[in-house]
This record gives sequence, structure tokens and C-alpha cells, in this order.
Amino acid sequence: MVQITLDNLAHSYLPNPQSEDDFALKQLDHVWKDGEAYALLGASGCGKSTLLNIISGLLVPSRGRILFGDRDVTHQDTVARNIAQVFQFPVVYDTMSVGDNLAFPLRNRGMAPAAIAAQVQKIAAMIGMEDQLGRKARGLTADAKQKISLGRGMVREDVNAILFDEPLTVIDPHMKWELRTQLKALHNEFGHTMIYVTHDQTEALTFADKVVVMHDGRVVQLGTPEDLFDTPEHTFVGYFIGSPGMNLIDADVAGDTAHCGGHAIDLGGHYRAPQGRVQIGIRPEFVTLTTGDHGLPVTIKRIEDVGRHQILRAEFAGKPVNAILPEGFAMPAGANRLHFAPDRINVYADDWRVAPLQAVATPERKAV
Amino acid sequence: MDKVQNNKAWFLVLPVLVLVAFSAVIPLMTVVNYSVQDTFGNNVFFWEGLGWFEQVLTDSRAHSALGRQLAFSGIILAIQIPLGIAIAVCMPKKGFWASVCLVLMALPLLIPWNVVGTIWQIMGRGDIGLVGYSLSAIGIDWNYARDPLHAWITVVVMDVWHWTSLVALLAYAGLQSIPQAYYQAAKIDQASRWSVFRYIELPKMQGVLLIAILLRFMDSFMIYTEPFVVTGGGPGSATSFLSIDLVKMALGQFDLGPAAAFSLMYFLVILLVSWVFYTIMTNLDKAEGR
Repeated sequence: MVQITLDNLAHSYLPNPQSEDDFALKQLDHVWKDGEAYALLGASGCGKSTLLNIISGLLVPSRGRILFGDRDVTHQDTVARNIAQVFQFPVVYDTMSVGDNLAFPLRNRGMAPAAIAAQVQKIAAMIGMEDQLGRKARGLTADAKQKISLGRGMVREDVNAILFDEPLTVIDPHMKWELRTQLKALHNEFGHTMIYVTHDQTEALTFADKVVVMHDGRVVQLGTPEDLFDTPEHTFVGYFIGSPGMNLIDADVAGDTAHCGGHAIDLGGHYRAPQGRVQIGIRPEFVTLTTGDHGLPVTIKRIEDVGRHQILRAEFAGKPVNAILPEGFAMPAGANRLHFAPDRINVYADDWRVAPLQAVATPERKAV
Repeated sequence: MDKVQNNKAWFLVLPVLVLVAFSAVIPLMTVVNYSVQDTFGNNVFFWEGLGWFEQVLTDSRAHSALGRQLAFSGIILAIQIPLGIAIAVCMPKKGFWASVCLVLMALPLLIPWNVVGTIWQIMGRGDIGLVGYSLSAIGIDWNYARDPLHAWITVVVMDVWHWTSLVALLAYAGLQSIPQAYYQAAKIDQASRWSVFRYIELPKMQGVLLIAILLRFMDSFMIYTEPFVVTGGGPGSATSFLSIDLVKMALGQFDLGPAAAFSLMYFLVILLVSWVFYTIMTNLDKAEGR
């Protein structure tokens, strides 16, 4: 088990990349600490799988180095790196039995048969397939096959890291939760470094200690789930995480006030007038519906009752603004203004968060 | 609402029925007709019952032709299937050289059968043929017209040259359809090259390989033109496979009755083998849960 360092890493699938657009993975420096569980979150095609394959050694990066501890492994294969990886779609050896599938990586490494049998039993119990060990893998359902793939990924205890590439895509919802819990338990027990790629925020936030959000071939934020929720470093993080995502409104920001189409909004900090396209971002959780003259006047479109709460869909200057209202909230007559909690507002210039010069009467925020 | 029944649509099937009748049913029925009758010419026929079938079934000449046929099909399958797989595994997966390989592989398949026969008939000749001359030059008295073994080798090599490409192309298509993740997973699992072949490539190629075996079996079982051009079934009857023997019987000796009975049984064997393969393939598909 080691710390994995990505040093100046970048990758392009083209032989001679010219501009930055040619890179599937833009320049990246990152340290994966030993024994942590990371989630790599991002929309499809953002470079998550590319990054994962570079770490596991299936892909050699165009630029930069990968270090396992102090050892440069950039040009070493997956065997030398001793990494386990589980793929998005089930990969099983059809003609082998379930048990042989699980034993395969161990046999290839020349482990003693007795030790293999014990380890296979243990993993089979974990994935709930003890009674099917003798059965051929061919003809099993997709989620049974994926459980075998997961089992094969976890069967080796001495690996440096386990990488998961959207492993639960084909699994039934209730089984998803169970397997995720198992993965967490495994992580707690053995302390493997785990990197879990997903585009599902719930999966990412429940699995990982640290979430790495990728967008357009770049890591836009690394943080705890709270960091991502409270202070998204990039507008993408804002709207990708949360349901619905963060509200983003074009504004002119000066000092501790933002002006949106002539309406002043109090901010939680002082800002030197940011350059570029300036937006303020506020999570729907911190938006309240009010009457009177204060707040942003909006056109209310509809209210969706999603059970635990209601989602208010409104529009300001033709752009959607959402608010989360408590369950059973009765709309006051004539309510058409939205109030934003000042210390929950973030300011963005050209999609990147601008840190306030100093907070105005707000609780301490975590340094990012 | 009641469904409107319009049986006039059946008339649209008529052209196909007519075509199939003329191309298959009527010729086949003619053969059936010959197989149960005897004639002394002048278009006068006598009922013979199953006599011809009995005669063919107990005929040692037919038995030996069948033996030669099975040996030939067995040999070429034993060579072409492994060789085709080996070629497919070694071919480049993409890029310029993959296209070059594909075109080269397809070439023998495009050559008409009698031309293939002619090519090898000349190639094997000791006086002007490349192969025959070279073999004679290194001291082997090569003569496929005199030596049954030489005749067999020539016919087998010719068939391998002509048809291995088909197996290779089918296997190649099967290989290309294996998702990259399988190879990646195998790398992660530290599988050897042999394990990759044994546990990933071979099982994934199973479907196309069955088709390849079926096609090669049927084609080789019905082979006529090429050995006819090269050896004419000789020396003696060393390379008289079923169809060559059949043609000798039907057109050479004009034994219409036995030849017709022979053809029908020949046809039934091929039908039976095809049915067996079809059953295996559908069962495999079921096992896959497709």
C-alpha cells in the first residue's frame, strides 16, 4: 500500500496534440493518500476513465509521471504496479466456474491452493454467492456477473490500490446500496486506497472520504462532501452536486453587495470587483420564499412535491432559480420574492470561485 | 374490433413459391423419381422400390468413397480451423496493415474454383510447376498423378490455401467484437497470453467458429471442382470423393437409379449435419441467455 502521486500528468489520445482541446486529460498534479477512499465524480466523457486507466497502468500518459511512493511507475505495467480494477461492464471468464473466476487472479500469482480456497470463500460470502461457487459463470444475470467482477477486484489483499470504474451501473438499486456498504466495510477492514469512478453524486458522497470532481478533462475540486456542498470551487461542482444544483445568477459584485438586474443582494464577504463573467451561486437549500420588498423578484413556475420537501421552480430574468421549501410549507399569498442567506452565497468569475477578502460576520469556513 | 382477414395476401407469396418450385422442389422430386425406378432406355421406367438404396448402402465402392470423403473433411478441418484461428490472433487489430492483411486474406476466396484447381494442377507439375519442380529439385520424386499420397497432399494443400482465409476472417471478426475491458481485466488479473486465449478469446469466438466449422464441413463434404481439375479423382480412385464418385456413376456410367439414391442420401447427411449444428448453436445462445 502506497501513496500515489500524479506529477504533471496529461494525456491525449492523439499522437501529436496541438492545443489544450486535444487533451482528454489536462495537466494534473495530485496526491492520492495511502488508505483513503476517493470518489472520482464527473459527467460522462470528462476524463475519469482515462485517469483511472493511467493510474492502473493500462494507459501510458502522454506527459508527466506517476509515482507509487518514491518509485516512478509511469512505464510499468499493471502487474508491476499490483493494482486491482473493476470495470463498468461485467467481465467474467464465461467458461470458468464462479469459484475459478474468483481464484483466477490468485492462481496467476502462484498463491498456495489452500490459501486461495479460503480467500475465495471469504469473498464469495461478501458478494453473497457462496452457494453458486461451483456453477459456470456463463448464463448468469448481469448483476451476478458484476458481483463476480467486484469479487475478483477485491480478492487480492496485497494490492496497492483498488480502482472502480462505475462498477454498479448494471446492478439493481437495492443491491447497489448493499454492495457499496460492503465496499466501505472492506475499506475499513483492509485500508486499501480506493478510487471509485462514478457519475452518480449519491454514490460518490456516500462512498468516499474525499471526492474529486472532474470536468472537461480537469480536476475542478478535491474535497470532502461538505466542501463540495458549501463551497463549490467551480460552477460545474455547484450544479453537478445537489438536487437541484446550485442557482447561478449573473451579477455585478462590488464590496459586500451583488447587483442582479438592479436588485441589491447582500453577500457574506467583501469582494474586490471580480473580472470576467461574474455570477453569484446559492444552493436551493438556502433560498427562502418571502413577501414584501426584500429579495429578488421572480416568476414562480411550479412547485414539485418530492416527498421530504418541495422544490419551487421559478425564473429570474428568464433564467431558472430553484428553492427548496420544507415539507407542508404553505405558500403565503402574493409571495414572489426569494431571499438568499448571505453567508451561503459564493461568487464566481468565469466559472471559478472567488474567495472573499474577508468574511462579514460568518462562521469559519474550512480552508480549501 | 374484429381483425380484418384478407387472405388475398397469400397470392403475393406465389412468385416465390414458383421460383422455389423450379429451382429446388421439382429437380429434387425428379431425383426422387429416378431413385425408385429403373429404365432400359426409351423413356420406359419400371418400379424398383428401395432397391437402389439397398444397393448403394451395401456397395463397397460407395463405402470407400464415403470413407475418403470423411477423411478429407476431417483433415482439412483439423488443419484449417487451428490455422485460421492462429492467423486471426496474429493479425494486426487495426491500422494500415490490418487492411492489407484483410485484402490478402480475401483474395483466395475470390478465385473461381476451377481456376484454383488449375493453379494447383500446374503448381504441382514436376516439369513446369513451381512446387513440383522445387520438390523434384531437392530429390523428391513428386508426381501427384501417380502417387496417391502426393495426390492427397496436393488436394489438401490446395483446399487449405483456398479456404483457410474464410476461417481466419470469421475468427478475426469474432476477436474484433471482444470488448477491450476483457483484455484490460486479464492484464489486471495477470493472466498469461495463453490464459487470455483459452478463457477469453476462444469462448468469445465459439459462435463464429461453429459457423466456420459448419461452412467448411459442408463445402468440403460437397467438394468437386478442384480435385476434379487436379487429379480427376485419381490416381485410380484415390481422390474420388463422394461427389466425384457420384458424377462418375450418374454421367460416366449413366446409372441414374443408384446415382439418384446416392444423391438423396448424400443430401440427407448434409441436412442432418446442418441440423445438428443448428441445434448446438441455438442451445449455446440459450445458455448465454440471449
